[in-house]
Amino acid sequence: MATVYVNDTPVDIGDEKLNCVQAAEKAGILIPHYCYHPALSVVASCRMCLVEVGDKKPDGTVAMQPKVVPGCQTPVKDGTVIITRSPKAKDAQERTLESLLLNHPLDCPVCDKAGECSLQDYSFGYGKAESRMNDEKKTPPNKPDIGANINLFTDRCIMCSRCVRFTREIAGTAELHITHRGDHAEIDVFPGDPLDNKLSTNVVDLCPVGALASKDFLYTQRVWNLKTVDSVCPGCSTGCSIHVDGNKGVVYRLRPRVNPKAQGHFMCDEGRLGYHYANSAERLREPIVRGPHGWSPVGHREAVQRTQTGFNEYSLRSITGVWGVLSPFMTVEEAYLLASWIRDFGKEARLVMGPVPVDGQDDHYPKDRRGNEIPGASKFTIRSEKCPNRKGVEAILEHFSGSVVSFDAFLAALQKGQVKAAILAGGYVPTGKGHWFPAEAVPHLDQVPFLVVHEIFKSPLSEKAHVVFPAASWAEKEGTYINHNGLAQAIHWISTPPGESRTDGQAYLDLLGRTGLMRAQQLRKEIGEKIPSLIQLSTGHLGSSGVLPGEVPPAQAPKQKIPVH
Amino acid sequence: MAIQTKDVIWVEPPKLGILDQLYLPAIAGGVVTALKHLIETTTGMGAEKTQQYPEEKPKLPPHYRGLHRLNRDEEGRVKCVACYMCSTACPAHCIDIVAAPSPWKDREKYPEVFVIDELRCIYCGMCEQACPVDAIELTSVFDLTGMSREQMIFNKEKLLSVFDETVKAGTDPVRTHSGKLGPASEPAESGLTGTSSAQS
Repeated sequence: MATVYVNDTPVDIGDEKLNCVQAAEKAGILIPHYCYHPALSVVASCRMCLVEVGDKKPDGTVAMQPKVVPGCQTPVKDGTVIITRSPKAKDAQERTLESLLLNHPLDCPVCDKAGECSLQDYSFGYGKAESRMNDEKKTPPNKPDIGANINLFTDRCIMCSRCVRFTREIAGTAELHITHRGDHAEIDVFPGDPLDNKLSTNVVDLCPVGALASKDFLYTQRVWNLKTVDSVCPGCSTGCSIHVDGNKGVVYRLRPRVNPKAQGHFMCDEGRLGYHYANSAERLREPIVRGPHGWSPVGHREAVQRTQTGFNEYSLRSITGVWGVLSPFMTVEEAYLLASWIRDFGKEARLVMGPVPVDGQDDHYPKDRRGNEIPGASKFTIRSEKCPNRKGVEAILEHFSGSVVSFDAFLAALQKGQVKAAILAGGYVPTGKGHWFPAEAVPHLDQVPFLVVHEIFKSPLSEKAHVVFPAASWAEKEGTYINHNGLAQAIHWISTPPGESRTDGQAYLDLLGRTGLMRAQQLRKEIGEKIPSLIQLSTGHLGSSGVLPGEVPPAQAPKQKIPVH
Repeated sequence: MAIQTKDVIWVEPPKLGILDQLYLPAIAGGVVTALKHLIETTTGMGAEKTQQYPEEKPKLPPHYRGLHRLNRDEEGRVKCVACYMCSTACPAHCIDIVAAPSPWKDREKYPEVFVIDELRCIYCGMCEQACPVDAIELTSVFDLTGMSREQMIFNKEKLLSVFDETVKAGTDPVRTHSGKLGPASEPAESGLTGTSSAQS
């Protein structure tokens, strides 16, 4: 057992290999830092984490080192004493900040980082009120074309080199580098080689100041107006933990949330920028039904009633003609509710898995300088399976049908005209590569006497359906996603479904005839208790980092914690 | 910090004497004042007490908080940098801004849309205090009327035209002059002056 003393607080660090910043974090004390990041190598270049360090001898005396040392580069051992706020350490932090602010423009009013900027926070907490700088500040020109998604405000940079290390160590493509020396130093790319890798926008989160800005988010909102919820990226089966930032029902940006069980510290650009469809004005806004005189919008309740009537009628005629197609974009709760409803018609009613979108191969990072994969060195993976919850929906299907029936069975039955009443749960995120339902099978849908679909946008499928429910995007749902590794994570809503629409889960709850509002936590508990393969959901809580199969789920809801990095 | 009981000083009203309790001297005093005014106005001896509004407009003090305006910089462009400080400070939530990258080389951000709902505004002046670039100010224009709610919602062009009109009329010189963007790095010159060195 190794004990470290941080400002007189003893901390047991076990046999972990930690540096001073990490050890202090364990004691709940923040050592301010810019260049240090737990996922990147240590360079100790910003000098913000200067602290006094000493040793506690076995006889109880403490021998302090005469100089302040960078906390990020100093490993701790048994008996290490760290003092973060002694006059010497305070003085060092103050002087470091003064030096960092020498050339930093005070354009916080127009800077997108203002409000979540480490330079602002540390200046307030550890800095001086005034500057002794008499000369003009240096204002090197901005580089708006440093990357397709990234803008560099060169004069705001404090040279922590986090972004440079990220492109070298995590992305591996090493586009960014530092040119010049001393106070002429700038972040730059080689001509014709912009920062365009698939992880590039992570440098915006890594940047402790407003130097690197995301073009997607630039000037759209001030950060203090945003509300944040913890959620999961629906882009691929990696299931990156994310923060969703929104305001007044509009999603403005996604940020990665640190979760070692899911993806680590980062997320890919495709996922990060893949939220725009949720804000689209083109989305279906109310349930519509096809009557003898064409389409007409109806209320949610009437759409539910029509669906119930239609399914009741056809299930009496031919129970094998009743089909439920579950999509891998559904949450576990939605899949459970819909499968229960279909199963209520009888054992012969068919439940199948919708098509699972796959795009190419799993994409592993870091790559080498030429963009080729380095085998066996994966720090981040963009998976080819472009849906968040195949495993969760499969577990539900296995429980209700014994095995997972593939979508081909549905297509075959469709061709033979055996499908009498079908509900196609959608929620498929539009990819721009054609609709998820195979185009050659669309004409066969005319033979289906009663078709219900859940779609986000108008589609060939919604044209053929008798009842169309508008599907909610993932930003509007509560529920559970289970990623490629079996990790069950909770998603939360930031906006409400557009127009008159309700969430998919609410629609299935109403179809089942259960009263009340859809509450993910209660359903999760119910699922966990009923389905042995999903026992990890049995408390209803999943914590902030999710629960792996075999782990004991937390008994209480997680406390929201603001990350330090 | 909450106010402690020991910090509170109780002030008792002065005790009334017998004359005060009769109220007669006070009534007599009132009658004398009324008579004095009557004689003054009918004979034209004293100064006139009545202002002939609306023929005559009152001259309001420069710190009066009336209709807003958006100031222009030296080149006639809107001075606002769309930092949202005013809308953040606004207790009535009457300011709506949409920011965009500026079309000018020397500026990064400007307001594409800047709307103030003058009906919702409570004229507290906090937007003016919050502004880091002295772009929004309250003027002494007090007689604000409109035929509909829409007319009372002032957009950027309307607010800039208020600037042009008030500067032309000379009623409202630019009040503050704390410098260009980045005043936090400069020492403050003096307090509010109001009149001289306008538009510096």
